[in-house]
Amino acid sequence: MSWETVIGLETHVQLSTKTKLFSRASTAFGASPNTNVNLIDCGLPGVLPSVNKEAFYKAIRFGMAVGAQINQTSIFDRKNYFYADLPKGYQITQMDLPIVIGGSIEIIIDELTKTINITRAHLEEDAGKSIHDEFEGFSAIDLNRAGTPLLEIVSEPEISNAKEAVAYMKAMHQLVTFLDVSDGNMAQGSLRCDANVSIRKKGDKELGTRTEIKNINSFKFIEKAINFEIKRQIKILENGEKVVQETRLYDSSKDETRPMRSKEFANDYRYFPEPDLLPVIISDEEIQKIRDEFPELPKEKEIRYQQEYGLTAYDAQIIASSKSMADFFETALQKTKNYTLLSNWLIGEISAYLNKQQIEINESKLSADKVAMLINRIDDQTISGKIGKSIFEEMCTNGSSPDEIIKSQGLEQISDDGAIEEIILTVINENPTQVEAYLAGKDKLFGFFVGQVMKLTEGKANPKAVNSILKDKLK
Amino acid sequence: MSIQFKSIADLREMLDDKSISASELIQESLELAKKYKELNCFVTMNEEFSVKKANAIDVNKKTSSRLSGIPLAQKDLFCTEGLRTTCSSKILSNFIPPYTATAVKKLEDAGSITIGKTNMDEFAMGSSNETSFFGNVHNPWKKGYVPGGSSGGSAAAVAAGIVPAATGTDTGGSIRQPAAHCGITGLKPTYGRISRWGMIAFASSLDQAGPLARTAEDCAILLNTMSGHDAKDTTSLNSNVPDFLENINQPIDGLKIGLIKEFNLSDLDSQVQARFEESKKAYEKLGAQFIEVSLPNISASVPTYYSIAPAECSSNLSRFDGVRFGHRAESTDDLNDLYIKSRSEGFGDEVKRRILIGTYALSAGYYDAYYKKAQQVRRLIKNDFDNAFQSVDALMTPTSPNTAFKFGSKGTQNPVELYLEDLFTISSNLAGLPAISIPHGQVNSLPVGLQLIGNFLREDQLLNAAHIFQKNSDYHLAKPNLGDF
Repeated sequence: MSWETVIGLETHVQLSTKTKLFSRASTAFGASPNTNVNLIDCGLPGVLPSVNKEAFYKAIRFGMAVGAQINQTSIFDRKNYFYADLPKGYQITQMDLPIVIGGSIEIIIDELTKTINITRAHLEEDAGKSIHDEFEGFSAIDLNRAGTPLLEIVSEPEISNAKEAVAYMKAMHQLVTFLDVSDGNMAQGSLRCDANVSIRKKGDKELGTRTEIKNINSFKFIEKAINFEIKRQIKILENGEKVVQETRLYDSSKDETRPMRSKEFANDYRYFPEPDLLPVIISDEEIQKIRDEFPELPKEKEIRYQQEYGLTAYDAQIIASSKSMADFFETALQKTKNYTLLSNWLIGEISAYLNKQQIEINESKLSADKVAMLINRIDDQTISGKIGKSIFEEMCTNGSSPDEIIKSQGLEQISDDGAIEEIILTVINENPTQVEAYLAGKDKLFGFFVGQVMKLTEGKANPKAVNSILKDKLK
Repeated sequence: MSIQFKSIADLREMLDDKSISASELIQESLELAKKYKELNCFVTMNEEFSVKKANAIDVNKKTSSRLSGIPLAQKDLFCTEGLRTTCSSKILSNFIPPYTATAVKKLEDAGSITIGKTNMDEFAMGSSNETSFFGNVHNPWKKGYVPGGSSGGSAAAVAAGIVPAATGTDTGGSIRQPAAHCGITGLKPTYGRISRWGMIAFASSLDQAGPLARTAEDCAILLNTMSGHDAKDTTSLNSNVPDFLENINQPIDGLKIGLIKEFNLSDLDSQVQARFEESKKAYEKLGAQFIEVSLPNISASVPTYYSIAPAECSSNLSRFDGVRFGHRAESTDDLNDLYIKSRSEGFGDEVKRRILIGTYALSAGYYDAYYKKAQQVRRLIKNDFDNAFQSVDALMTPTSPNTAFKFGSKGTQNPVELYLEDLFTISSNLAGLPAISIPHGQVNSLPVGLQLIGNFLREDQLLNAAHIFQKNSDYHLAKPNLGDF
């Protein structure tokens, strides 16, 4: 029997607003528990929400980028359920009139483009966090996250396998970071998804029974969780049994999904329009302002990098594909004119280092200013490229500035012809046999002499000068 | 000279001509509260702070504000910083808010002094003040009789002359009906006229704060201070607040008053009916014209209200879960058990009944039939009012079909009996319109109230019409005999 997988993703994007969706408490990550919490966030009796328009602007920016319809009048609804980290006993969300309807995202799989349609995207507040394993016999609640704005983006069930799901999430990550809608930090939960997975016989029109895998927060886990779930469901169907519609959790330590307690999905959320908030109306002027201030997207950057800075198509595409890399490049080129060398370094040495460390450039100790300085020192021949690499290693570990490293370790390149000539003469005098062989026609020995000079200067001799003086002396 | 039964305007004069100091005034008000403790108007007194504030006012001698030094009582669902706020519920019996409601803050910033928090129906759910965790409030006019509700403590405190005025809230008649039963004046402003920030919610789309006082003039003084847009309540109206006191004396010659055809007053107690007829004549004598108007959907008000209000309440009261504040049950097995026990122990029967009704009305499969349908009918009722106000300036009805009744005599077997108490008051909450209740005599020695409903934001017209009536009658000057207390 041949099976077909149908996947729809609900992506939760934490919007990078300074304050919460309905209160003016900070959204900063990593504060001590219950410090980014005000009267509204802890749901005290008598408090009322008031809308943070900034969250709307970001949601609209997302909607525009995916070619969606923007509802200039949108309303909030209450989703009622009890949980200890949900202070009001309801979540304020958007049910009937979400801010964004429709749109689509393109993903590329094996060099083929596929369009995934978006059903809708709505604004809602996040809940707090329950901590069950830190205090013996007690659960603790941290409300710092309560009220943080989320944009929930619902895709159509048009994703066919785990690879496509990952590509979709990567495209989503790229989009929300370039739009400055979210920091996209998956480890901190700024971007996470629920995957609805179902299986049907190939060619069937009707969808199979789906399960929902909740709260997946890395590209790797998305792939693994979905693949596990596909296999599990196919096995059930091949045994002639039925898939149970349920909510499941992915356990990365065991690489499996398992059902959440049945209570969790037996909820009737009793949605109704939030009476504490009027419909939110976005004016034409506000829409125009968002349009006017629209950030540059990867495709536009790619073209600009080639036209303005003479980057190759390949280099421009790589640098423009990541928001943090593009930001780094654009900051660094304020401080250096050798764009090609900068882009070579970003794609070569720097990318290699980041890949090895599995981090983004903004999470490293590298600063754009210091990398530009390194490029300038190579460019003005203060140091050689080779010395540059060893300086770079030091920059990565302790974040120090190239000039400091050069100065403290005396790494300036020797470009003074007299000094180089002296060293070359020493090398010639000390290696008469090799000189004889070279002059007899063994050209390959030229490299040997260069090596000797570099050894004596600890690699600091200007290679160009060494080459030309050496050639002269060995005539 | 005793301060009992004095209006704000009277007390202002006494303070200004130095026949009394703020400290003496507050002291006397506090003593009256103690003297009539048996009325059970107050849940919590604010004695120490009141005395301090009065002393400070006497020392400063800055009395630029009309309310400076005036004692007031606040319904116990307005959050007051550092002063226990219970909503007359066990579940909040230990709750001390860290902030003050905007309406109260405005009154206090104007120099008034909160001497205490008044008893009420639990979470404002009731029309007799009998659902309070802190016991019944007696009607000052007759011991063992209800003061009305839910702002029963506020109404009784004003009627007994302990304070000249008090705050209340009105979701379906909770200011007007107790004002009527206690023989005082009560105003429910336009929805959104006064900020709801810090007012513990019963039904968010219907709740509105307002004043209870001895006169329409005093209601205007309080309304002037309490009104206005508040950034913390985005449903509060961003419209101009006129000086309600300034226009209160306009002649009402030519005022067009509508009588609602669908309210068949001949079904009412004949004496209540007779009072109404007499007040109608009084208004005619003052130059008003009466026109019959039809509001075809108004008879659906009570069922509409009892679908919407419980639905909103069921959600609003979810935050009382024993986790962050309020009553928490002891020795519970798990989170669910904590919820069930804390809420079962903390809420009274009427609150539980409404949470159940509301939860049902919002449930999957019932939402369309109840909540959504009710919202559609609400819109029709509002349209009816809009139509009526094309041809009239105000509408007149009795405030309540009856006078105050005996403790335990209504609604104990059948709650709907008590819900019908709100027949005349509920529709203005559904439509968001202002309405006032003024005393207009007595039936069997118990006060009867007359209601005027105004157009959107036209509290000025209502206060004007009520004030002119009071200038030409003395019903509002009648005082209860408090000998039994």
